[in-house]
Amino acid sequence: MTASEHDSETGPLQVRGTVLTVRQVDAYHAITIVAPGIAARFKPGQFVAVAVGGPDTSMLLRRAFSIHDVRPDHGGTVEFVFAAGGRGTRWLAERRARDVLDLAGPLGRPFPVPRDPVSCLLVGGGYGSAPLFALADRLRERRCSVDFLLGAASGDKVFGALTARRTGRSATITTVDGSLGVRGIVTDMLGQVIHEARTDVIYACGPMPMLRQVTALARRYDIPVQVAVEESMACGVGVCMTCVLPVVGSDGITRMVRSCVDGPVFRGEQVRWDDVGTIPFDAFGAPGWEPKLRRVPAAGSSAPKRAGTPEGSAESAPKAGTGGSSSRAGTAGGSGGPSHRAGAARRQGHGA
Amino acid sequence: MAPDLRVRLGSTELPNPILTASGCASSGRELAQFIDVSKIGAIVTKSVMLAPRAGRPTPRMAETSSGMLNSIGLQGPGIDAFLQRDLPWLLSRGARAVVSIAGSTVDEYAELASRLSDAAGVTALEVNISCPNVEHRGQVFACDAVDAGAVIEAVRARARHDLPVFAKLSPDVTDIVAIARACVSAGADGLSLINTLLGMAIDTETMRPALAALTGGLSGPAIRPIAVRCIWQVRAALPDVPIIGMGGVMTGRDALELMLAGASMVSVGTAIFHDPSACARILRELDEELARRGIGRVSEVVGAAHEIRGAVGHRIER
Repeated sequence: MTASEHDSETGPLQVRGTVLTVRQVDAYHAITIVAPGIAARFKPGQFVAVAVGGPDTSMLLRRAFSIHDVRPDHGGTVEFVFAAGGRGTRWLAERRARDVLDLAGPLGRPFPVPRDPVSCLLVGGGYGSAPLFALADRLRERRCSVDFLLGAASGDKVFGALTARRTGRSATITTVDGSLGVRGIVTDMLGQVIHEARTDVIYACGPMPMLRQVTALARRYDIPVQVAVEESMACGVGVCMTCVLPVVGSDGITRMVRSCVDGPVFRGEQVRWDDVGTIPFDAFGAPGWEPKLRRVPAAGSSAPKRAGTPEGSAESAPKAGTGGSSSRAGTAGGSGGPSHRAGAARRQGHGA
Repeated sequence: MAPDLRVRLGSTELPNPILTASGCASSGRELAQFIDVSKIGAIVTKSVMLAPRAGRPTPRMAETSSGMLNSIGLQGPGIDAFLQRDLPWLLSRGARAVVSIAGSTVDEYAELASRLSDAAGVTALEVNISCPNVEHRGQVFACDAVDAGAVIEAVRARARHDLPVFAKLSPDVTDIVAIARACVSAGADGLSLINTLLGMAIDTETMRPALAALTGGLSGPAIRPIAVRCIWQVRAALPDVPIIGMGGVMTGRDALELMLAGASMVSVGTAIFHDPSACARILRELDEELARRGIGRVSEVVGAAHEIRGAVGHRIER
């Protein structure tokens, strides 16, 4: 398990990283690992895929976690947050300082950031908020304002509420049981926050139903939204084809794309939320899909565009982490739309 | 001295016997971020079909003890995109390409064999007649000696004469030797053993099947003893037929085990999901295993477990 023999400047690495700390953060665990190359290459939204169970493990599939934070100490550390809900994540929670973990990363396409200083709303559900804080730092470097809207079932499950309140221009918290912030779910407050913050761009990370609703509301307000999806992964590097979901490309064609390399960040309206978990009948290569079209190159096809589907870039697997296309946000987010590289990464342990 | 790892695959000499297993390495591009794809024996591509294919709904994967179930459903871009994009990329990287083909009719297999024979640079064809994931379970060719033979015969007839054709067999049969014989009689130059076994898992939280497709192919170390058994049986019956062995190989020692049973090459599959640099690591470990035993050429261990006791032991004592 050496580092890659073929590093590009930005591609992922596979490293054996030494655990620095494992700590409990409310309902979750945060683990910090020395992984210099990964830390240096990280962009907000990217993730790591971690082998669990040690040598001769019976758990073959890597667990994928969005990177919460990277720091320069010890040559570079990465931290990710997880809920110890399954066998693999319980094993992770039992790691101690100086244990060694095999991790691959940074993986996936990062959050695109706007060129101009605009008003950004960061929406997180549960520990889906973990990757949003590094994104917030990056956005503030670009002189964007950052508002947070975080929610969970209860107060101990809102990850990063304090940081959000300390660092955000505003921070709105919702809990289903009302134990912290407003009673309800994030989408109950989304419209109000958008009005008050004069939001130009939304970034969201959390459970799929939340992302779907955030996307629907963002469309109603005509605000561009970038979502980091949670799909079950097995390899995290693009070879297993497990983590696919139906995404509409810039050519109007729906493809089953891998959330690990084509995502996990997508423009919200590109994802066919109603069809996640299915193969839509009109998806590229679906049974009955028009085979005569198969020699037509994907880009610039004359296939009809789905109404309201702006340019996207989710098809055809560009290399993770490298600069992709950068078509501009086409909607009324104004001059400050984020560039449209679908970005980065997240999701948690497969069944773990 | 470092053991000689070279093996022959048809007219091509592979630098070593470690290959990727079909469906676990895509077309090599993603793995090239972690390993030098030209340094392993060959990349066996994900099965390519004539038309693009969207595959199965999700969830497509379930982890099981020392294994996993998958029901990807042969998602892929089709032969045109493969020839235009994937094959040239593999060749440009100096990798050897064994192309896995899959179809739902005999004619589709034959057409694929023809298309790939026209393309330069294909090292061999591996005919996936045994995938238990395809939509119409009744059409699993690998479970019927006549159907399996029909596919191989059609492929052999349309493939370029110097392009080796390997039939990949399913272990989900009563008598794998009978299927193996049928494929060899139909013109197969070699056999790939084994494909996944059909399995199923139920999520006890949701109380529903874990996979959207209900059943999936079981792979990983959980099935390695079955691979060893199948390779052993086929090797015993058809000692001159080259075998690519696969099934739960995680280490160089596992690869050696399959070779001792009769495989002259070994494909690494599920291990790649666990460790994207698994092929390079297993190659290194196999080299060490051979060196430790004082074995000079990897070809010496192929089928060696079938030899009368003492023949191998003698070498270890030397």
